[in-house]
Amino acid sequence: MQPVEMGTYTAEGNQFLTFTLGAEEYGIEILKVQEIKGYSAITHIPNAPPHVKGVMNLRGTVVPVVDLRAKFSMEPVEYTKFTVIIVVMVGQKIAGLVVDAVSDVLNIAAADVRPAPDFGARCDTRFISGVVSIGDKLAVLLDINKLLCEEEIAGAAGGH
Amino acid sequence: MARTILIVDDSASMRQVVAFTLRQAGFAVLEGANGQEALHQLGSQRVDLIVTDLNMPVMDGITLIRNVRGKPNTRAIPVLMLTTESQDAKKQEGKAAGATGWIVKPFHPEKLLQTIARVLP
Amino acid sequence: MQVDLNRFRETFFQESAEHLAEMEAGVLKLDQGAFDPELLNGIFRAAHSIKGSSGMFGLDEVSRFTHALESLLDRIRAGEIPVTKPLSDLLLRATDRLRQLLDAAASGGPVPEGIESVRDELHLAQRVQSPAGGEPVRLRESDRDMTTAARQIYQVHFRPAAEIFAQAMDPLLLLRDLARLGESASIQADCTALPELSGLDPERCYLAWNIRLETAKPAEEVRDVFAFVEDGAQIRIEVEELKPAAEVAAPAAAVAQPVNRDASIRVATSKVDRLVDLVGELVIAQSMAHAIVHDFSMARLGELQESIAQMERYTHDLQERVMSVRMLPISHIFGRFPRLVRDISVQLSKNVRLEISGEDTELDKGVVEQMADPLTHLIRNAIDHGIESSEERMRRGKPEQGLIRLAAFHQGGSVVVEVSDDGGGLNLERIQNKAVERGLVPSSEVLSEAQICDLIFSPGFSTSQQVSNLSGRGVGMDVVRRNVEALNGSVSLSTEPGAGTKIRIQLPLTLAILDGLSVRVGAETYLLPLVAIHESIRPRPEQLKTLTGRGEAVLVRGDALPLLRLHQLFAISGAIGDPCRGLTVIVEHAGQRFALLVDELLGEQQVVIKSLEANYRKVEGVLGATILGDGRAALILDVAGLAPTARHENLDRAA
Repeated sequence: MQPVEMGTYTAEGNQFLTFTLGAEEYGIEILKVQEIKGYSAITHIPNAPPHVKGVMNLRGTVVPVVDLRAKFSMEPVEYTKFTVIIVVMVGQKIAGLVVDAVSDVLNIAAADVRPAPDFGARCDTRFISGVVSIGDKLAVLLDINKLLCEEEIAGAAGGH
Repeated sequence: MARTILIVDDSASMRQVVAFTLRQAGFAVLEGANGQEALHQLGSQRVDLIVTDLNMPVMDGITLIRNVRGKPNTRAIPVLMLTTESQDAKKQEGKAAGATGWIVKPFHPEKLLQTIARVLP
Repeated sequence: MQVDLNRFRETFFQESAEHLAEMEAGVLKLDQGAFDPELLNGIFRAAHSIKGSSGMFGLDEVSRFTHALESLLDRIRAGEIPVTKPLSDLLLRATDRLRQLLDAAASGGPVPEGIESVRDELHLAQRVQSPAGGEPVRLRESDRDMTTAARQIYQVHFRPAAEIFAQAMDPLLLLRDLARLGESASIQADCTALPELSGLDPERCYLAWNIRLETAKPAEEVRDVFAFVEDGAQIRIEVEELKPAAEVAAPAAAVAQPVNRDASIRVATSKVDRLVDLVGELVIAQSMAHAIVHDFSMARLGELQESIAQMERYTHDLQERVMSVRMLPISHIFGRFPRLVRDISVQLSKNVRLEISGEDTELDKGVVEQMADPLTHLIRNAIDHGIESSEERMRRGKPEQGLIRLAAFHQGGSVVVEVSDDGGGLNLERIQNKAVERGLVPSSEVLSEAQICDLIFSPGFSTSQQVSNLSGRGVGMDVVRRNVEALNGSVSLSTEPGAGTKIRIQLPLTLAILDGLSVRVGAETYLLPLVAIHESIRPRPEQLKTLTGRGEAVLVRGDALPLLRLHQLFAISGAIGDPCRGLTVIVEHAGQRFALLVDELLGEQQVVIKSLEANYRKVEGVLGATILGDGRAALILDVAGLAPTARHENLDRAA
């Protein structure tokens, strides 16, 4: 089992935006979230990784859209007008994350975050910064910078 | 009512500096890049003092001074020439043409204000 | 009162750069033998202006240096010193030094080396011909305020010149100034010269004044009050001692401070005026549309449509004009080349002249600035490798002096910059051999002339026997091409062995607006740069060929053009696969044409280019993105990026 790196938290805690993908709950730091918008037309980009669905128009700026279900190898669903896109800031760039629904904004104390359990062969857990109990559910906290890492967003060797 | 000074110089940076200094001191400022533009301004605006460079294209300072002194509605306007110390002959010409006084370049903005105070009531 | 001049320094440095360019251009002309009083006056005025303004900003080094230069120029234009080659050399060197000085002043860096020695040379040059043994003029020390110890009483008698009013000087002001100088003053008018009213000329001054002034100020200052009116006046100042007072020393002149240089643009006021007008029109059109909507009925639909169309026109115009604010004439960078050519020719002992045309051609500021280095490299190359030595040229029956032509002009929606020389041209065979040697091309392949020329731009390619330290510093043709393509431009080369070489750079007029043709492939919309498009055809079956080992091609007027299936390249489903039922758009890049298969043409439109890399990354074959009228993002295809695919894709598939 690999030790998972914990992100840096202040003693008081951080605010997280939680959202759902299927039956599972996830969270990302609110400071990284620029806005939440409804679904908008996505233009396909040739030769992109399967979870990069394409680009969308965000008030005149062309922004890539990542489907987290695809990223986590989950069953794809059809996008409807209720589909939500969370616009996040990754370094100097912005990107959109397609999720099922947004849940809440929560204050999470650093003390309550536990290291992620081993998901086995399921996925690369570098981008999970920990898990936390919310009510009777377990929410998986994501490190956005590691999630949307270089090969998706900044170009270089990967891809075609 | 604020008094108006017309600054005439083909150097934009010079005009900017002078205009800024004058406005800080409470004057209203008009600008011209050469004698011709200055006359144009004088034709339609009330001017209390003219500060002019001598070397300018289209119409130089001396010719401007002559023109100013030659017209009834502008002949009483004090005129200060901007000269350099090597331009003594030009300075004399300017005086002969009717310049009220002069300021030697380079000058400290304070000096400009002091000199203006000498020729403006 | 504190007056902060720093905000104006930017303008001063911009202006000085212009004056400096004028000076250099003028001296170069002098160098070439043009002796024209107006030319000399122009050079003198430029130096004079820099001198005057630099003093204002406390740039004493610049001021002193320019003063020496100005004095020399003054003597030259007065005909006292003849213009010789060594003299114009000195003037050129002085211009360089001045540029260095100004750059150092702008960045707050140290004064560069060698300024003193050039200044001495300038002084020396003045002495050469002057009969009076010309002494260099010394700048006056900046005024230092010193009050003397004692307070004194001055008895001042002032009778102004009778014509004092003609100077628009009111003697009352002088008396007021005198009074202000001191702690007390008593003034008495002397009316002895006043005539009878009938004989009085109101424009003459008949009065005189006697003033008793108590002040600690020195006599010079008292005298100075009358500085403007000394001529023709009677002024007497007599002193009586009183008691001592404190000494005051004044602060020194302002210290030059480094400037924060924000990038800025100088724009013609007419351009700005037109923009202001347009915005006004747009606002009016908008409120008209608003009014119609507010009180709408179907009968007014036509009115509304017209109103919106009007707004579109204004917005379009506004867009273009705002972009054009960033436009600079290419003379901005062309200006440095006459000097460059002269210097390099001397360095390489070649006899070359430079002809420039189209300096007024305007380009986006960013593009212009980026073109400086590539063009410099191309010109260096032309002199170094293109133009032959004088002997060689004479042997070939060419004029001894080599010619390099630099031209810029608009063509279609682009700007074209051409660098051509009448030198020896390129040895096509040697180039091809080198390419084969380097494994860039298979030895069996037959290449067209255009393709061989294009090899020059391959990375690391160089056929010169010795890489001279001028052009061989890793700034290769491949870098030139990369730089040009980064600007959405293209570069190609043509040559005639023995006669010369021409390099053609094509650049977009603005960085951000593209004239495009939108096409549909499946459910996707793409844009193709109009400038790259030749024509579009629906081929007949007999025009389609599959060439063994080469892939698919379309025969157009005898030429077999590689066919690129966009639906395959971009993995788009639901697209038309049969070229005879779709459309092939014939595009061109670097002299080569190929065909793109699409479903249908949707129409021409002008679009604003949005960066894909800003938030995503560079995608092969994609130049950028844009937002369509319906709000969707659409990709703009990069013909240059697709070209190699057109070649190789077909090769691969056929294999």
